Amino acid sequence: MSQFTINMIFVLGSFALYIAIAIWARAGSTKEFYVAGGGVHPVMNGMATAADWMSAASFISMAGLISLGGYANSTYLMGWTGGYVLLAMLLAPYLRKFGKFTVPDFIGDRFYSSGARLVAVACLIIASVTYVIGQMTGAGVAFSRFMEVSSDAGLIIAAVIVFMYAVLGGMKGITYTQVAQYIVLIIAYTIPAVFISLQLTGNPLPPIGLFSEHEASGLPLLQKLDEVVRELGFVDYTADVDNKLNMVLFTLSLMIGTAGLPHVIIRFFTVPKVSDARWSAGWALVFIAILYLTAPAVASMARLNLLNTIYPAGPTADAISYAERPDWIKNWEKTGLIKFEDKNSDGRIQFYNEAPAFAEKAEERGWKGNELTVNNDILVLANPEIANLPGWVIGLIAAGGLAAALSTAAGLLLAISSAISHDLIKGSINPNISEKQELMYARISMAVAIVVATYLGMNPPGFAAQTVALAFGIAAASIFPALMMGIFSKRVNNYGAIAGMLAGLVATCVYIFTYLGWFFIPGTATLENVPANWWMGISPLSFGAIGALINFVVAFAVSAVTAPPPQNVQDLVESVRFPRGAGGAVDH
Amino acid sequence: MTVHKDQAQAYWQANLRLIIGCLIVWALSSYGCGILFRPLLSGIHVGGTDLGFWFAQQGSILTFIALIFFYSWKMNQLDKQFGVDEE
Repeated sequence: MSQFTINMIFVLGSFALYIAIAIWARAGSTKEFYVAGGGVHPVMNGMATAADWMSAASFISMAGLISLGGYANSTYLMGWTGGYVLLAMLLAPYLRKFGKFTVPDFIGDRFYSSGARLVAVACLIIASVTYVIGQMTGAGVAFSRFMEVSSDAGLIIAAVIVFMYAVLGGMKGITYTQVAQYIVLIIAYTIPAVFISLQLTGNPLPPIGLFSEHEASGLPLLQKLDEVVRELGFVDYTADVDNKLNMVLFTLSLMIGTAGLPHVIIRFFTVPKVSDARWSAGWALVFIAILYLTAPAVASMARLNLLNTIYPAGPTADAISYAERPDWIKNWEKTGLIKFEDKNSDGRIQFYNEAPAFAEKAEERGWKGNELTVNNDILVLANPEIANLPGWVIGLIAAGGLAAALSTAAGLLLAISSAISHDLIKGSINPNISEKQELMYARISMAVAIVVATYLGMNPPGFAAQTVALAFGIAAASIFPALMMGIFSKRVNNYGAIAGMLAGLVATCVYIFTYLGWFFIPGTATLENVPANWWMGISPLSFGAIGALINFVVAFAVSAVTAPPPQNVQDLVESVRFPRGAGGAVDH
Repeated sequence: MTVHKDQAQAYWQANLRLIIGCLIVWALSSYGCGILFRPLLSGIHVGGTDLGFWFAQQGSILTFIALIFFYSWKMNQLDKQFGVDEE
């Protein structure tokens, strides 16, 4: 059986499973899953939140970025988990007590103004569309490999499937489908990692394998990896970073962005009780952590395996000849995501870092430049192939990667379409539209969002996880501060919240667009995106934390010089602080 | 249903103190041990590298999980103690 057939069996098989569960769950009483009393158990809700949350960025892209950046990219690990601490303590229980359905609902009520609601909708749409661009990038990579086409063709196939998936709609709301997606995703991620950890270190647990001995050399794995990459002119894998300010701000952006993303917050509205909202955040993090503790092991082991493939006799000996390259390189060459150019015409694949400090050594070895370009986003998907694992493991990771990308992309499209049709058109512009018209606007906005995301996904502002990180920056700068001030301050009023959100949003977007192109349109960047150009060494990915600070300062300043909120709003704030009297979970 | 005003105030203060305590641990494990204090911890070796690297890639995540469960457990106690829990 060819690998293509095996992949198809796994991908189609997993989809059949999700659809079957969706139909089964519908046939039973759907209400039972969501309504008070019979609400979703915190463990189940945690698993579903984990599936919703872990997207192409976590599954496909993140380990690749850590693999490339080593310690410096630990930011993704800390940032995308630490946000749950903020969520559990600063937002989830209070928003659950508030008991309404969407984030704009809370902001609209707490800041007693449709203007605040409108600004929240705008922030939500901008963050979500950016997020979808990242998902499409990841889904495009996965499809291009498994359909064996170019990455652009893969992206278009992904767009069509995501659109159909989102229009079918029901997938998203059904907790048990998400539980199934989580199980497929986590098995797909961990099984190859277990095999690889066994091969390299003899330890079946990847997180422990990461800090164990590399069996072939007898050195600790990370020390061995440092030695290999150093020999090829790369920065040490475990090397410390100089720009700590940027690293701190980047981590902070991802953390507060996590706590500000509407599609994550919404999940905490479905648990039966306020106390369950707290537990639920804990369980979500447990399930997320299974992947996040495996990812750094995948990252370092994949890097070592990749370099061992290119330099079978060690980094000081000759590289592999192009004619004898393994099948996985040939497969990925078809997608255009791996490219080889024989610069010194010796028929071998020299893969190294063209740093000035390494130029002399490269010259000595007769190398005329790095000859292999590898897109980071392929690393997790190619990992089982690089390690020569059996065909079914490769099929499994295909199914997992697609589950991650599609579920999140479809979920985000639904969030965007409901924000436009429900919050924007029905809530503000024309409250009298019929349900049918509302549905039509929902479909149109979904189609527009996917076309925009696909177009921008062709030339994305970064690798999948980086683009997603930008979305977090935007959410961090706009939504999180408004929610937090809405709960923890009785003094912040409508003018303060609106001015704060706008200031945070505009400052962050302007900073990002300056370096990555206006509205992410390729070729429109004002300044080249290199560290030398960054203000105070802060990268566009990290600016969300500064945006959030601006939001807080502006909101407090404006509120201080304008009238305090009316008594009924102060009472609302008082009431969300105490669990007693929380009604049943909202019916989705 | 109505909660006494002083008691409500005391509950909220206790919650805020707990949040601040937890967030200090949260910041120390990630921004502290994982990033800023890494050079200070470089003498402590963990599997081919140092403690700061471990905190950045594993330790902080484990700390976060422990923190959320601790907070949830403690808050449930406070809810009952101040009589603001859901019946």
